[in-house]
Amino acid sequence: MNLLEVKNITVKFGGLTAVSDFSLSLKKGEIVGLIGPNGAGKTTAFNAITGIYKPTSGGINFGGKDITRMQPDKITKLGIARTFQNIRLFSNLSVLENVLVAHHLRLKSSFAAAMLRLPGYLREERAMRKEAEELLGGLALSRFMDEKAGSLPYGQQRRLEIARALATHPKILLLDEPAAGMNPKESHELMEFIEEIRDKFDLSIFMIEHHMQVVMGICERILVLDHGVTIAEGSPEDIQGNQKVIEAYLGVETDA
Amino acid sequence: MTFELFLQHFINGISLGSLYALIAIGYTMVYGIVRLINFAHGDIIMLAAYFVFFGVGLFHMPWWLAALFSIVLTALVGMGIEKAAYKPLRDAPRISILISAIGVSFFLENFGIVVFGGRPQAFYSPEVFQRVIKLGNVSIISLGIIIPIIAITLLLGLVYVVNNTRTGMAMRACSKDIDTAKLMGIDVDRIISLTFGLGSALAAVGGIMWGLKYPQLHPLIGIMPGLKCFIAAVVGGIGNIPGAMLGGFILGLGEILLVAFLPGLSGYRDAFAFVILILILLFRPTGILGEKVAEKV
Repeated sequence: MNLLEVKNITVKFGGLTAVSDFSLSLKKGEIVGLIGPNGAGKTTAFNAITGIYKPTSGGINFGGKDITRMQPDKITKLGIARTFQNIRLFSNLSVLENVLVAHHLRLKSSFAAAMLRLPGYLREERAMRKEAEELLGGLALSRFMDEKAGSLPYGQQRRLEIARALATHPKILLLDEPAAGMNPKESHELMEFIEEIRDKFDLSIFMIEHHMQVVMGICERILVLDHGVTIAEGSPEDIQGNQKVIEAYLGVETDA
Repeated sequence: MTFELFLQHFINGISLGSLYALIAIGYTMVYGIVRLINFAHGDIIMLAAYFVFFGVGLFHMPWWLAALFSIVLTALVGMGIEKAAYKPLRDAPRISILISAIGVSFFLENFGIVVFGGRPQAFYSPEVFQRVIKLGNVSIISLGIIIPIIAITLLLGLVYVVNNTRTGMAMRACSKDIDTAKLMGIDVDRIISLTFGLGSALAAVGGIMWGLKYPQLHPLIGIMPGLKCFIAAVVGGIGNIPGAMLGGFILGLGEILLVAFLPGLSGYRDAFAFVILILILLFRPTGILGEKVAEKV
């Protein structure tokens, strides 16, 4: 059964159709890529899945639940986490706090219990902290733990965004251009890292990426958007040879 | 001026400043998260004072119980206002929610006039607060010391909550980026509600102590302290909690010392805050502790 089933969603802003008739099915453990020229609607599709935009029509089903019009925090609770094209860390919080805040949603103690520092709260708090520290350790971020997230080098900030997303215990991770601004060596490491976390945290991954080396290297399946329309879907080999895709990226040669 | 006299004024200033600080926190916390100047915050002070007044006068509660009752009730009212008047407008343009805040403010003032009556009432002040304490040649009324002690304790408590608890962490995350906070599974509605509750509870304590200090109660008493505390928050850097405290103390001390040193200007006492506001907006619009925000283009 498919973990995530996006059925024919269309997102319109006034007269502009940003995404039209977009469908996607994601199985457990799959890595699927979403590519397309700038302004093709890739991030809009992400925003519709994570609840930031409500699709104008169509439906989204996640693990048997209809999440089409759910609030973003509820969707995150069910198990869809994401990172952002432009890093959106809480730069005023420490690295550790960025991860802890994402743990927030799984805590049971109330505000009152926290104020009174009840034993149950303290136990929960300790467990969270331990888990967050382990997570940061696993992503080689331990030594930055108490620094402000905003002061981290760019590459580490990207990692921290992923760490923060993982702290919500997602089943699906959406990555919006994780390799943006990375050199070939870094993007190679990123590929290994993505496969590693997929196995370790039992994830399905849906990613937007421009680095063809990355996309072709790790995605099992690729969707191509152009002007909001899905123009191709298939294995990396299919996509590389697809005439429409080449046209969308390179333009069509016309006889002058 | 003798040193004793200066000390007396200084303690007075700290006492007033700590009241301003307590109330200014509510403006700054709310602004930090929802980017709204909650103009109804001043009238919250008035409600808190009336709740004590009725608690003692009508329900014959002991004063401390009435104070507790008032703090809880005021926090609930603050949360209720957010639910009723601001939450439905969260996606509307910023100006709509601001107008709504002004509307709530007018509503509360007129509600006060209709329901509580416009005639000033005497606020009940227990004897503990009115004792005269002599320190050498300085004699102060006990309230003048109790106010800063309570206020500073609460301010420290608030700083602790914001910096060390999960809810505080979530508040800071929301103030940085509310959309991302949602995507990290933070229940933003709950955090906003708690922010209003916490801010209103602090304002309630401020309002009750205001009533003890200036024991004349009428439905418009919240306006002036409300405006001044808003200025305090702006002076310190709106959205910045230590800034609001600093702004509160600057305004309180400044106001008292101005009158002490230049008695001729005592008629301009209230103008002091507004002059400071104009100066800060001219020369440091982000406030003393406010960060310069470089907008990315």
